[in-house]
Amino acid sequence: MAVEATKKFQRESDGPPSPGGAPRGGYQKPKDTKKTVKRLLKYLTEKKALLLLVLVCVIISSVGSIGGSYMLRPITNKLVEDLPIAEKAVSLINMLLVLGILYVAGTIATFIQSRVMVQLAQKGTNRLRRDLFNKLQDMPLTYFDRHSHGELMSRLTNDADNVQMALEQSMVTLISSVLMFVGIFAVMLVISPLLFLLTALILVIVFINFKILGGKSRKYFRKQQAAIGELNGNIQEMIEGLKVVKAFTHEEAAKKIFTELNETYRTAATDANYYAGATMPAMANIFNIGFAFTAAFGGLLSIVAGLDVGGFVSYLQFSRQMSQPMGQISQQLTALLSALAGAERIFEMMDSEPELDEGTVTLIPVDETMNELAEGTHAARWAWKVPQPDGSFRLVELKGDVELKQVEFGYVPGKPVLKKVSVAAEAGEKIAFVGSTGAGKTTITNLINRFYEIDGGEITYDGINVREIRKDSLRRSLGMVLQDTHLFTGTVMDNIRYGRLEATDEECIAAAKSSNAHSFIRRLPQGYQTMVSGDGANLSQGQRQLLAIARAAVADPPVMILDEATSSIDTRTEKHIEKGMDALMENRTVFVIAHRLSTVRNSDCIVVIEHGEIEEKGSHSELLALKGRYHQLYTGQFQLE
Amino acid sequence: MFKKIAKFMKGYELAAALGPILVILEVICELLLPLLVARIIDIGIEGNAGMTYILEMGAIMVAISILSMFSGVMAAKYASIASQGFGANLRKGLFDHVQEFSFADIDRFSSASLITRMTNDVNTMQTTVNMGLRVITRAPFMLISAVIVCFSLNAQLTLMLVVVIVVMAVSIGLLMKVCGKLFTIFQQKMDGLNDTIQENLIAIRVVKAFVRSDYEKGKFKRANDALTDAGIRAVSRIILQQPIMMLAMNAAIVGVLWMGGNGVMSGTMAVGDLSAFVTYISQILMSVMMVAMSLMMMTRSMACVRRTVEVLDTVPDIANGGESQGRELPAPRGLVEFRDASFKYLATGTGDDVLSHISFRVEPGQFVAVIGGTGVGKSSLVNLIPRFYDVTGGAVLMDGLDVRQYPLEALRGRIGMVLQNNILFSGTIRENLLWGKEDATEDELIQAIRDAQAYDFIMSFPEGLDTYIDQGGVNVSGGQKQRLCIARAMLRKPALLILDDSTSAVDSATEAGIRESFRNHLKDTTVLIIAQRISSVQYADKIIILDDDHIAGEGTHDELLVENPIYQEIYQSQQEGVAQ
Repeated sequence: MAVEATKKFQRESDGPPSPGGAPRGGYQKPKDTKKTVKRLLKYLTEKKALLLLVLVCVIISSVGSIGGSYMLRPITNKLVEDLPIAEKAVSLINMLLVLGILYVAGTIATFIQSRVMVQLAQKGTNRLRRDLFNKLQDMPLTYFDRHSHGELMSRLTNDADNVQMALEQSMVTLISSVLMFVGIFAVMLVISPLLFLLTALILVIVFINFKILGGKSRKYFRKQQAAIGELNGNIQEMIEGLKVVKAFTHEEAAKKIFTELNETYRTAATDANYYAGATMPAMANIFNIGFAFTAAFGGLLSIVAGLDVGGFVSYLQFSRQMSQPMGQISQQLTALLSALAGAERIFEMMDSEPELDEGTVTLIPVDETMNELAEGTHAARWAWKVPQPDGSFRLVELKGDVELKQVEFGYVPGKPVLKKVSVAAEAGEKIAFVGSTGAGKTTITNLINRFYEIDGGEITYDGINVREIRKDSLRRSLGMVLQDTHLFTGTVMDNIRYGRLEATDEECIAAAKSSNAHSFIRRLPQGYQTMVSGDGANLSQGQRQLLAIARAAVADPPVMILDEATSSIDTRTEKHIEKGMDALMENRTVFVIAHRLSTVRNSDCIVVIEHGEIEEKGSHSELLALKGRYHQLYTGQFQLE
Repeated sequence: MFKKIAKFMKGYELAAALGPILVILEVICELLLPLLVARIIDIGIEGNAGMTYILEMGAIMVAISILSMFSGVMAAKYASIASQGFGANLRKGLFDHVQEFSFADIDRFSSASLITRMTNDVNTMQTTVNMGLRVITRAPFMLISAVIVCFSLNAQLTLMLVVVIVVMAVSIGLLMKVCGKLFTIFQQKMDGLNDTIQENLIAIRVVKAFVRSDYEKGKFKRANDALTDAGIRAVSRIILQQPIMMLAMNAAIVGVLWMGGNGVMSGTMAVGDLSAFVTYISQILMSVMMVAMSLMMMTRSMACVRRTVEVLDTVPDIANGGESQGRELPAPRGLVEFRDASFKYLATGTGDDVLSHISFRVEPGQFVAVIGGTGVGKSSLVNLIPRFYDVTGGAVLMDGLDVRQYPLEALRGRIGMVLQNNILFSGTIRENLLWGKEDATEDELIQAIRDAQAYDFIMSFPEGLDTYIDQGGVNVSGGQKQRLCIARAMLRKPALLILDDSTSAVDSATEAGIRESFRNHLKDTTVLIIAQRISSVQYADKIIILDDDHIAGEGTHDELLVENPIYQEIYQSQQEGVAQ
C-alpha cells in the first residue's frame, strides 16, 4: 500500500521529495507514560459513573473468585469433622449456598464489567479516530509529503486498534489481576504464614527465571523481526519485479539471494520461537515444583503444626490459582505498553502544527450591484470581503488578477526550487508554463493556492496579498485539474458534484457536456449512476481526466490551474480531453502547465522555466523573435516534453 | 491437499515427531500431580501414615515436575525447529516455483496476491504447525486423559462433569457461530473505513483544492460510526464466552462438592480424591476452550493451505523449448519475423484476439517503430518475441528459428528489453545496471550510461554510480528511471533491443540523444520501439501502425504521411498549432 501510494505520488512531475518507507518498531515503549495515560483516559471518562461501575464490578468478581476458593476450607473441614451425618449435610448445603452466591455474583459482575468496557472502549476509540482524522484534514500538504501514506494509515488503523484492545481488555484485566494477586496473597497469609514464606521464596525464583527468559526471548525476537523485514522486502520486490527478472533471465540469481535470506530468517525464527514457546511450560512447571514443595511442607504442617485439612486444600488451590494473575499481569502489561506507545504516536500526530490560516478576507457572493447575497448562493459575481481596521468591511470585486512578485520557494530549507519568480496575470488572461521536467512548473501552481507557503516575495490576488485571504475562500476561487486524477468511491454524478456540493443533477450534466465528458458517461452501464470504484480503476485514464475536468467545470471558479499532461493517453482520447480543457479555459484567468503547442501559442503570456528561474517570458511571437530557448523548443520538436 | 503441503516438512520429520511425544509426556506428568496430593491428604494426613510418607510423595512430585518441565521446554524447541523449517521449505518451494511462471501466470495471480501468499499465508501455516505440534496435541489429549482419570476416581461425578462439558461446548459453539457472522460484518466495516482513509490520503490535494475537508470528515464519521456499531455488536456477544465458561466451571465445582461431599460423608469417597477432582475440573474446562480455539485456527489455516496449493499446482504455461536440446542455434543477428501470428490472453482476457494474423519482418540492424492507440496490443506484440507470452496462432521467429525452439535463457539472452513498467531494484545504480551484464567492465558501464543519456544526472549525484536506489526506485524521477532502465538493457549489447513506451517521461532533446546513440554505437543492434509521439518514430527505418488487432500500415514517415489516414490523423493532432 505504502509503496503504491508513494509511487503515485512520485509521478507528479516536479513535486517535493518523497518520504522513504516509514519503519515502525512494533515493540516500542511510550516515552511519557503518565501523560499519555492521562490523555487517553479522557477518551474513556465521558461517563464517569460507568467507569465507577466497572471498578465495583471488578472488585466483586475478584472477591467472588477468591472467596470461592477459600470456601474449600470450611467445606473440607466440615466433611472430615466428627459429626452426625445429618448435621454435616445441613451445614454443607448452607456453605454450598454461600459458594453459589459468591460464584453467581462474580459471574454477573464479570459480565457487566466487560459489557460496559466494550461500549466505553469502542466509543472512546471512535472519538480518538475521529479526532485524529479531522486533525489530519487540517494538516498542510508538507505534512503529507513528509509522512508516507502507510505511516498515516497505520496510525489510524493499527495504532487505534491496539488502543481499543487495550481499553477493552488489558486495562481491566490488569487491575483485576493485581487485585486477585494481592487478595490471594492476603488469604494465603491468613491460612498459614509459615507456608506463605515458602510461597514467597518460590515467587522470587519464578520472577528471576522470568526475567532471564524474557530478556533472551526479546533479544531473539528482535533478530527475527529484522530478518523477516528483509525477507519480506525481498519477496515483495522480486515478485513485483518478476517480469523484469524474467526479461533479464535473472531467476537463478534471485533464487540464490532469496535462499540466503530465507535461511537467515529460519535460524533466527527458530530461536525466537523456541524461547517464546518455552517460557510457558518453564514457568508453569516451576510453579509445579513449588506446588510439590508446598504440598509436602503443608502436609507436614498439618501433622506437626495443626494446619487444618481444609486450610491445606484451599491453600493448594490458591497456589495453583496464583500463577494465572501473574501471567496476566506480564502479558497485559506488554499489550498495554505497546498500545500506549501507539496512543503516544497518535497524540504526537494530533499535536502537529495544523495548516496555518491567518487570513481574514473571505469570499462572498454578490449581486450585480455588489450587494452581499446569502451564503451558499451560486452567484454570477463574487467579491472579497476585506475587514478594515475600524471594524467595517470593504468589498473588492473578484476579477482574477493574480500576480507573483519575486517569489522564492524551496521544499527543503537551503534547496531553493524557485528563485525570484515574477509573473502577472490579468483577469481573463492565459499564462502558460513551459519547461523541462523538474523545472518547477507544478511548484508555482502549488504556491498560488497556498498548498505550500512561499519563503520570500509576495503573491497577490485582485491586489490582496494571498496571505490575508482565508484559505478556504482562496481555494474556492481557484479550480484545479491535476495531472494525477483522483476520483472517489461513489457514482459518476457524485464525483462531478464534488466540485460544488450543492450543484443540481442538471448543472452536473451541463458541466459534463461542456467538458466533453457527457458522451462517454452516457455509454457507461448505468450512465451517471455508474459506480466509480477504487480511484476510478474501472475507468480509463482518459475518462478519469474528463471527469476531473467536469468536476472543475461544475465548480465554475474565476481562476483555473491546469496541468494538462497527456503523456499516457492515446491521440484520439487526447483530442476529447483537449476540447474539454479548452472549454474550461474560456473566460477565465488560467495558469496552465502546457504540453500542447496550441495551448502555448494562444497564451497571453508564455513563461519558460528552467532550474527554478524564468528564462524567457512573453507572447508567442515575442519569444519566437527572441530566438532563445523557446524558439529552440518550438522549431526543434513538435512536443515540448 | 495436505499431502502436497506435508512434503515440505522434509528434513524436519524427527523434530515434528518429537514435539507431540514430549507434549504428551508433559500432560501425563501434570495429571499425576493432583493424584499425589490426594495421597498426601488421604494417606499422609487423614490416614496418619506420617512424615516420611509425605516427604516421599513430595520428592516424587518434585521429580515429576522436573521431568514435566524438561518435556515442555524440549517440546517447544522441537516444535519451533519443525515449524520454522517447514515454513522456510515452503517459502522456498513457492519462490522457486514462481520464478518459473510465465507472464500469463503472473497476470492470473497478480503480484500482490503472490506476495501475500508467500508472506502472510506461509506465516499463518507456520504458526499453525508450531501450535499444532503443541497446543493442538495437548488440549484433546489433556481433555480425554483427565476425564479418564476422573472416571477412575468416581464414575458418577465424572458423568455429571461430562454433562457440564457438553453443555458448555455446545453453547460456546453456538456463540462462535453467531459471532462469526458478526465479525465478518465487522471486518467489512473495517475495510470500508480503511478504504475511506486511503482514498482521502491519496487524493489529499484534490480535497484541499476543492476545500472539501468538512465533507471528508462527514464521510469518515459515517464509516467510523458504522465500524463502532458493528464492533460493539460483535464484541459484546463474544465476551459472553467468559461468563459461560465461569458459570460452567462454577456449577461443576458446586455440583462436585455437593455430590462428592455426600460421598465423603457416607464414606464412599476420600476427601483427597475430592480435592483432586476440583483441580481436574479447571484443567478439563480449559482444554475444552483450547480445542475450540485450535479448531478456529485450523479453519483459518485451511484457507491458506488452499491458496498455497493453488500456486504450487500451477504448471508454468511456457516451458523451456525442449525440442531444442543439442540443436545448433543460429548466430544472433537481430532478425525478427512474425508469420501470421495471432494472440489472445487466455487466462485474463475477454477471449477476443488481441492480435490477429500479424506478419512483418524486421531486418538486422533496422530501427523499427510500432505506433497505435492504447489497447491495440502494441505491448502484447513485443512480448511475444522473448516468449513472455506464446502466440495462439502462427509463429514468431528470432534469427530464423521459431522462438519456441530456443532454450528460454538463450532466447532472452539475445534480447534487451525495457518494459513499459520500469522497475529498478533496491541497491546501487551500479548493481542495477549489472543486471544487464553481470561481468561488465567499468568502461562498458560508462558507455552504456552515456548512450542512455544518463551519464550527466548520475554523475551529479554525490556518489555517482554507487548512489543507492530505494525500493521501487522512488528516489529518482520518472525520466531518470527510464534512462537507467534503457542503460541496463543497452549494457547487454543485445542483438535486439525492445523499448516499450520507455521514453515517455524523457524530454525530446534527450530522446533524440538516445536515438543518436543507437545510430552510432549500436549499429548492428536491431531496435524495436513502441511510442506515442511522432517525434519518437519519425526517423525510424520502418513504422508499423497497429489498429485494433491488425497492422494498418507499414512504411517510413514520409510514405505514411502521404498514404495512411491513421498516421495522418495522429500527425495532425500532435502538430496542431504549428500548421495553423
